[in-house]
Amino acid sequence: MKFTLSWLKEHLDTSAGVDEIAETLTDLGLEVEGVENPAARLSAFTLARVRSAEQHPDADRLRVCMVETDEGDRQIVCGAPNAREGITVVLAKPGDYVPGIDVTLSVGKIRGVESHGMMASERELELSDEHTGIIELPSGEVGQRFVDWLAENDPAKVDPVIEIAITPNRQDALGVHGIARDLAARGLGTLKPLKTAQVPGSFPCPIKVEIDADTQGEGGCHVFAGRVIRGVTNGPSPEWLQQRLRAIGLRPISALVDVTNYFTFDRNRPLHVFDAAKVQGGLRIHRAKEGDTLVGLDEKTYSFSDGQVVISDAGGVESIGGIMGGLATGATLETTDVFLEAAVWDRIQIAHTGRALKINSDARYRNERGIDPAYNMQAMEDATQMILDLCGGEASEIVVAGAVPEDRRAYRLDPARVVSLVGMEIPAETQRATLEALGFVLEGDMAHPPSWRPDVLGEADLVEEVARIASLTRLQGTPLPRAQAGVPRPILSPLQKREQVARRTAAALGYDECVTYTFIDRASAALFGGGDDATMLANPISSEMSHMRPALLPGLLQAAARNQARGQMDMALFELGHAFHGGEPGEQHLLLSGLLVGRTGPKDVHGAQRPVDVFDVKADAEALLAAIGAPAKVQILRGAREWWHPGRHGMICLGPKKVLGIFGELHPKVLREMDVKGPVMGFTLWPAEVPLPRKAGATRPALELHDLQPVERDFAFVVDSEVEALTLVNAAAGADKGLIADVRVFDEFIGGSLGEGKKSLALTVRLQPKDKTLKEKEIEAVAAKIVEKVTKATGGTLRG
Amino acid sequence: MDDLRDKYITAIAEAADEAALEQLRVAAVGKKGEISLKMRELGKMTPEERQVMGPRLNALKDEINAALAARKTALADAALEERLKGEWLDVTLPARPRRQGSIHPVSQVWEECTAIFADMGFAVAEGPQIEDDWYNFDALNIPSHHPARAEMDTFYMHRAEGDNRAPHVLRTHTSPVQIRSMQAQGAPIRIIAPGRVYRADYDQTHTPMFHQIEGLAIDRDISMANLKWVLEEFFSVFFGTSVKTRFRASHFPFTEPSAEVDIQCSWQGGQVKVGEGDDWLEVLGSGMVHPKVLEAGGIDPNEWQGFAFGMGIDRIAMLKYGIPDLRAFFDSDLRWLRHFGFPGLDVPTLHGGLNR
Repeated sequence: MKFTLSWLKEHLDTSAGVDEIAETLTDLGLEVEGVENPAARLSAFTLARVRSAEQHPDADRLRVCMVETDEGDRQIVCGAPNAREGITVVLAKPGDYVPGIDVTLSVGKIRGVESHGMMASERELELSDEHTGIIELPSGEVGQRFVDWLAENDPAKVDPVIEIAITPNRQDALGVHGIARDLAARGLGTLKPLKTAQVPGSFPCPIKVEIDADTQGEGGCHVFAGRVIRGVTNGPSPEWLQQRLRAIGLRPISALVDVTNYFTFDRNRPLHVFDAAKVQGGLRIHRAKEGDTLVGLDEKTYSFSDGQVVISDAGGVESIGGIMGGLATGATLETTDVFLEAAVWDRIQIAHTGRALKINSDARYRNERGIDPAYNMQAMEDATQMILDLCGGEASEIVVAGAVPEDRRAYRLDPARVVSLVGMEIPAETQRATLEALGFVLEGDMAHPPSWRPDVLGEADLVEEVARIASLTRLQGTPLPRAQAGVPRPILSPLQKREQVARRTAAALGYDECVTYTFIDRASAALFGGGDDATMLANPISSEMSHMRPALLPGLLQAAARNQARGQMDMALFELGHAFHGGEPGEQHLLLSGLLVGRTGPKDVHGAQRPVDVFDVKADAEALLAAIGAPAKVQILRGAREWWHPGRHGMICLGPKKVLGIFGELHPKVLREMDVKGPVMGFTLWPAEVPLPRKAGATRPALELHDLQPVERDFAFVVDSEVEALTLVNAAAGADKGLIADVRVFDEFIGGSLGEGKKSLALTVRLQPKDKTLKEKEIEAVAAKIVEKVTKATGGTLRG
Repeated sequence: MDDLRDKYITAIAEAADEAALEQLRVAAVGKKGEISLKMRELGKMTPEERQVMGPRLNALKDEINAALAARKTALADAALEERLKGEWLDVTLPARPRRQGSIHPVSQVWEECTAIFADMGFAVAEGPQIEDDWYNFDALNIPSHHPARAEMDTFYMHRAEGDNRAPHVLRTHTSPVQIRSMQAQGAPIRIIAPGRVYRADYDQTHTPMFHQIEGLAIDRDISMANLKWVLEEFFSVFFGTSVKTRFRASHFPFTEPSAEVDIQCSWQGGQVKVGEGDDWLEVLGSGMVHPKVLEAGGIDPNEWQGFAFGMGIDRIAMLKYGIPDLRAFFDSDLRWLRHFGFPGLDVPTLHGGLNR
């Protein structure tokens, strides 16, 4: 919402300057988005008087003037033909910036004569293109600021334009009068009384109006009033009106149209004018039928759906009620008879129709937020008077269909509650006075909201009005007492804690944390088991962001591809966040995924660089699981989804149904589809699947230490190449649970002399005696048991 | 006997290697060495002579042995020194590479916020990112025709043919979590709700996804003045300098009275500095929870009152750490992650400070 200071002052008697007004508006909740102040660039210039003007000794066209200024007499050399004794001029002093010539003045010498300043032309001050001579003012005192003189004598030249943002509850501030009311309530001036007109009709209105029964009132049109004014002369509106509209960014069109725009911005009162000669028969407000169309004033064709509210004459739809008029019946410069409309429409209906038709007009904006219904009939009179004043003519009687809606309601003002909610001492009398200044009517402790505030719907709204007029800027902080005394207790849930630990462990393991978009393209989602309609957005911002992600890996792979396109080939990325397995609230699950891409690091002198492999991610996945408290003893199963390399992945499980995580190589097809250069290893963990510790306390189990030396024995087994190392380890460990402290695989050898389909796995078994040193015979016995167990479990043999 | 001593001591000192030293040992104190032979002669001496010669010979033997040992050590040291000379390394060569990971600024700032609000007794509440429109709008006093709905640039989920429910939305704020928490917990309650939120908008300061942190405190007599204090405490600790706030009246459907909150700042060379100067920067929306919202959360507005606020995590991260472009937060450019990211062990705490 834009308006000029002089426009505001037509409604508000105030001595406040534009800065104070702007600051106050923002504080009141009418946030100033910008102030355009033409006076700002003129503020340095003052008035001066030419005492004498004499011919320059060395130049025919120059005069040497003695000029009386607020700082004494000065000598100024001037080339203007009108520079002469006695005239009042606008002075720019050395140091002043002159916008029209883009120069900051200094004391100069012109043909040998010193000049201490400049007398400006209108063009030099960017007031107009006038440059035949310097400005000669008909009045003014020496030393007076030029902007002050302009404000008094030619205010439009220095009229600041203020733009404010309007929150949805402040429909009343969509008119300058409403803004003035707010400022007056704050005490920044006095609200001027409104001029009201009464124009009796001198003939019956030739255009009749009616509202269909199903369109009357709630959900349609409350009241539709109009009258014909005949014999008008439409033409350009007067300069003051044009200037006002231009200042707030509107294009003046013609007197008739400009009048309606003036009421829109002055009183938040949209009106419409039809060319009465083009209206066939009467006007009927009714619900449109599917297929009805209208060419609007913006020359676009609109097609209606069933139920939208339109205005028709005998020839068809002529206007979209409360939103936009039709081109065919619009007023033009040739219009002589005009039908002026003032109506009150159902706000919700306007909002839905406007949204459906995608029309953002000033009328829709106001009618959907709410205008003052009580002003409807008076608006008719006031606008008629203005049309008569500007265009002449003769007004008919007023025709009305429907009735102005009455909405009497009242809410209790509880001054103590206001103070308790706001936390600021505001005396009860002040609270009442505030509401009254805003137009509320108080009966006892009940406050009746004014007709222009349909947003006020409860006691809380009264509190807000009182608080914002009292000024929240004045609010002083008051400590919030602790909810309970003493040291604050922990607030994170076990899972929240786990997230933080996992995130920081991943970073400590060398992964860079990413935050990628939750929505991805359908193709990438489909590669990871998603991309179905349930997780699809109805209105995505682009096809790259059309589906909720089914996993974190596709987003990370896209991130990897982007980095590779920038020349970064090797990286370790991770993300912790939610993925979506459906489109209902709650169909989301927490994941932690990481990627290792390319090589372990840059080329280096130690020859440490190598391509990343499955055991890198396995180590990291295990470290992360350990960090969030997963048990050490897990199963490694295969058979994960199709985006993993079928032979190079493992599911870290507690039983076949309880998957804690998956690690492995990403399927080469997925990399090809997503344009990532491999190899790429990845892992995904389900942090919520890791069981919580069974007991709460912090106590650790007792530490068991044995003084006796442990004994290590190595074994090598030849097994089929499909046999998994973990099978051997588990079998060996089971040979004597009391004695065997650890089993480790330390060598794998495939092929060679072993032949096709065989491999050799070497284990180190650590025996920890507890009460006495092991004798060789006992060690032999355990070793035999280990061989037996492993052989039985794998069908392999001890390698000779 | 002095000749004997001088002969060996000199020879030992001049021995060039261990072999020469061994020869000298044998010649002097070996079984048939000169000194050993002399000691054997002691038996043939008179007791008086023996009393003189015995100690002298023993002393000589000890002296020779000590000299041998000293020379041996000296030779070994010299040899080691010689070897080490050959073991020179160019230690300016780079070390074995080790990856450095990083924490994203959103996570870091989120933990900073948690640390501060936890101290004021706020717990962390979470909720679904796909919401039904009741939780996202109606419960927050935004009915279907409310202009705020259109202004929020809401993302809607697809609705299958025949499913006539209102479409679900991607939550436009984390406020639905407030409703869910009030329903689950009742009053009194103090929570912060962090998380991803979504609005269909894209430019330097808007991305279709961003992060919000909302706060909610409901009790018997919590006021807007308490809200101001909480926010000033928060910003002062967060930015590490005393920060004034300015409350400006505004409007949100879910709070009444509502205020937009500015923090004190200065602008120097296009860089904003928080906590100094005369300018104000809008950072959050807040207010006293609307009675209808309390009712939607199952809390009696006649008995309970309190405040709510919401701000952008990404935005305060940008302000604090001088990050210019919001879009880069979600681009995962390694150069950006490493420049603006944080070491894994850089955990923000109140006792240790939010920043190193």
